[in-house]
Amino acid sequence: MDIDYVSNLARIELSPEEREKFHPQLGQVLEYFDKLKEVDVEGVEPTAHAFPRFNVWDADETKEGFSEEQALANAPKSRNGQIVVPKVIEE
Amino acid sequence: MKYEAVIGLEVHVQLDTKSKMFTRVGTGFGKPPNSLTDAVVLGLPGALPVMNREAIEKSIRVGLLLGCKIAKVCKWDRKNYFYPDMPKNYQISQFDQPICEGGEVEIEMPGESPAVMGPHRMVKLTRIHLEEDVGKLTHYESDSLVDYNRAGSPLLEIVSEPDLFSPDEVFAYLTSLRNSLVSAAISPCDMEKGQLRCDANVSIRPVGSETLGTKVELKNLNTISGVRNGVEYEIRRQTKVLDEGGEIFQETRRWNPEQKYTTPMRSKEMAHDYRYFPDPDLMPVQISDDWVDKMRDQLPEKPFDKQRRYRDEMNLPYSSTSALCGDRLLCEFFETAAALTDVPAKVANWVVNDLLRELGQTNSEEDEKNASLPQRCKVTPNMLADLVNLIEDAVISNNVAKEIFPEMFASGRTAKEIIAEKGLEMQSDGDEIESLCAQAIASDSDAAEKFRGGKEGAINALKGVVMKATRGQANPKVVDETLRRLLAQ
Amino acid sequence: MIASDLTGSTAHELSRALGEGKTSSEEITKAFLSRIEEVDERVHAYLHWDAEDMLAQAKRSDARRSQGQSKGPLDGIPVGLKDVICVEGQPLTAASRILEHYVSPYDATVTRKLKQAGAVLAGRLNLDEFAMGSSTENSAYGPTRNPWNLDRVPGGSSGGSSAAVAARETPLSLGSDTGGSIRQPASLCGVVGMKPTYGMVSRFGLAAFASSLDQIGPFAQTVQDAALLLEVISGHDPLDSTSYPAEVPSYSKALEKTSPPRKIGLPKEFFGPGMDDDVRNAIEQTISFYESHGYEMIEISLPSTDLSIPVYYVIATAEASSNLARYDGIRYTSRSPNAENVIDVYAKSRGEGFGEEVKRRCILGAYGLSSGYYDAYYLKAQKTRTLIRRDFERAFDEVDAILTPTSPTPAFRFGEKSEDPISMYLSDVYTISTNLAGLPGISVPCGFSKTGLPIGMQLIGKAFDESTLLSIAQDFDQAHEFGRQAPNL
Repeated sequence: MDIDYVSNLARIELSPEEREKFHPQLGQVLEYFDKLKEVDVEGVEPTAHAFPRFNVWDADETKEGFSEEQALANAPKSRNGQIVVPKVIEE
Repeated sequence: MKYEAVIGLEVHVQLDTKSKMFTRVGTGFGKPPNSLTDAVVLGLPGALPVMNREAIEKSIRVGLLLGCKIAKVCKWDRKNYFYPDMPKNYQISQFDQPICEGGEVEIEMPGESPAVMGPHRMVKLTRIHLEEDVGKLTHYESDSLVDYNRAGSPLLEIVSEPDLFSPDEVFAYLTSLRNSLVSAAISPCDMEKGQLRCDANVSIRPVGSETLGTKVELKNLNTISGVRNGVEYEIRRQTKVLDEGGEIFQETRRWNPEQKYTTPMRSKEMAHDYRYFPDPDLMPVQISDDWVDKMRDQLPEKPFDKQRRYRDEMNLPYSSTSALCGDRLLCEFFETAAALTDVPAKVANWVVNDLLRELGQTNSEEDEKNASLPQRCKVTPNMLADLVNLIEDAVISNNVAKEIFPEMFASGRTAKEIIAEKGLEMQSDGDEIESLCAQAIASDSDAAEKFRGGKEGAINALKGVVMKATRGQANPKVVDETLRRLLAQ
Repeated sequence: MIASDLTGSTAHELSRALGEGKTSSEEITKAFLSRIEEVDERVHAYLHWDAEDMLAQAKRSDARRSQGQSKGPLDGIPVGLKDVICVEGQPLTAASRILEHYVSPYDATVTRKLKQAGAVLAGRLNLDEFAMGSSTENSAYGPTRNPWNLDRVPGGSSGGSSAAVAARETPLSLGSDTGGSIRQPASLCGVVGMKPTYGMVSRFGLAAFASSLDQIGPFAQTVQDAALLLEVISGHDPLDSTSYPAEVPSYSKALEKTSPPRKIGLPKEFFGPGMDDDVRNAIEQTISFYESHGYEMIEISLPSTDLSIPVYYVIATAEASSNLARYDGIRYTSRSPNAENVIDVYAKSRGEGFGEEVKRRCILGAYGLSSGYYDAYYLKAQKTRTLIRRDFERAFDEVDAILTPTSPTPAFRFGEKSEDPISMYLSDVYTISTNLAGLPGISVPCGFSKTGLPIGMQLIGKAFDESTLLSIAQDFDQAHEFGRQAPNL
């Protein structure tokens, strides 16, 4: 596993110590994952849900949501009723 | 080397539902920031999605309107990526089992003149799928702000095949699509409110080549004209690059509408690995044939079908149909009025000229919600039909009708009322007109001479005198006949 | 009643005493609060409790009762909650630093049901961070200690919920079970712990770990108490699309009836080597008990058993990696002060806020879903999961319940497995397949090791047939009541 690539995908920064520690551990787990290679699943459908049903939905009626205060109550930083994030360098 | 362009469009449409796609908090534009949220919208720990049935119905309706194959079963997948406008850092979307596949959008290109209908073509679609919208990011000097009001709204993504070949076709495609969606009450499609958004994939290839060139994705195309202009610029840019011996790289570029060029964008993810997998929190959707059939029966008439029907059944000219057919409410008004007369083409004229003029630009949000012509339009289809019939019956002249129409529009008073009050009935009394015409000829022998000399237009001055004398109420046809008869003597 | 009588009582006994006016909810709650003060410094089952709030709830309960308006058998009885279940206005840390300051603005559905039943919501209980672990050593706030031996783990991930009942700090608690996280700690702490059929209890308001596997369930001293709590929290929830519209019969009433002789399956794959001798002994005695009470013990086979660990970990880590993406430093979590741009915010907040096991699983999960690996890992695991489900379906054609040990060993020492993830994962080997198949499972204390550590036996039942499962478990429990034995703290 390219641990740098995957930890970037997962947006998790590992310290150098963690990186070193995780490498063999993840490798061992992946060996376990590889036991799946031997299984014959010809013609077997995947289980997406233990007890699947169709069309579990609601009518289009509105219900009360959060107040603006509630929405921002746990935000680390907010301004003008919006959540502040560090500058997004992209546009 | 001559190149031809190939363009594909990805259009996102915000469906007009009361509540969001996966939770029942309300939708809306222009509300105070973060006032349309709940645990599900914000992606709080423990929040779970529940489908909005209406969004699915509307999607099926779009699929039927555009001739798609409607899935018998479709499901939800998580599209995983990190971005501040993403509450859960995954978007619930549809990956390999979308709600609609195939389909087509009929486009109309400009004709030789505005009065002539141009050629039509069917542009192929790849697929249509449903997903949830993300929040809105606004960028400032040193930071950015996020508002999650829009997050979780139902979004329909309509993907075309790379089946458009010019900026004009792009414009025609978006116009047609928007008209169809607005007429079917799917969405108001106001691009300024983000209800319709468009990304374009643009590539060029040598004329006659079968293989597609490298495509470049364009973003930040915020108006239909903007899409056309952005595509046009990009085609030129790519042409220039190739002409200079360079290479086109697959990338995403941003259209800058003020500066009118495209610039490269940094990618949102270093690797576009969305790690799609079926969302375990949502059950799949099964769409029965009965349900589809019922919806098909209730489909509104498509704008171009209406256009053809008006032309074939009512002999409406293109100049009328092109102005009418994009606007469902206007068409309803027109058809109701036209049914009460024998002259639909004339009614159409009134609608696309006089009524549209009085209506002005856009409807208010109130009107849009009430799906009606603006409150301030006090003219009803019946009133318009009456007016037209009054002209046909030679009770009033066309000019007089045009004069009183604004008052009808503003006050709701019928033509008959206004005519009676102001004594505006057309005068067709032969003797009266005869004597007035004789007087006119006598008073302007110059014009009479010119007319007799072959100058057709000279008769207008004489008509003018008669009309003025009758305060515009003389029957213009009778005046014209009488003048010509007298002048011929 | 004296405090130690109160804390030693079952919920049923407390309820009866309340009904008979022998005690009050305030007195009960005070007794448990004293007990928490007395022992929790050593046990550390609790992450947070609000004595004032608990007493206020108790007083309200007493007021209701005095006006003849008791809400039912649970009215006035303390119930502790694993710190992943939302209670409005209370902290929810999931035993993680990343939610260190988070206060939930809404109630989970089970919380709402407990409030409707009048229960006293009694504190936030410790767990392995984000429910990932089998020992509660992964809590960012320090481990919980096994009340039977403070040098040993209580099991996990619901270690706090289990230990709190074992230590008599609360008569009832709720935990969550994804791969055994209720049953295994119940076994290690000598109490009853049950995971219902997937979909029986709403997950709305449960901070998700693995969506297709998670269920909330009860901890108690007796099967009878567990049944009562389960009854209150079960039922279809329109806010959870995976919630099953099954009827919730009165489990308590089901226990009152004597059950007919049943068939119990003993899966040979579960009785191989790797099982501790004391565990084997205790299970054999359990088997003898059932045999002597007219049950037929039948050897069955669940051939795909040894695949359940890789299947579980591929699926659980994949779903977890997606479910935990929302903890990103943006909307409601701790944000790293060291971040300069947005990508940094994510990577650093999560790097600093998550513990090692969580990070490992998120990385594994992202890997198993990533492009090029999805088919070999995630998809393959989901297909193999079908094979595991079929094993159980076939087994339940022949038997009414399946009996296995809950854990291969009694409580192990701190640090014994924490450096070796695989060995930790293997301690779930008996419980994992139940979650993969979505079936209900219960752990009932069935003996002690030679060193006085509790041992539990597991019964697995048919989907949605909790009544049968509970009555089979009750047959054993009411004859032994191992769960009523308390450690010397």
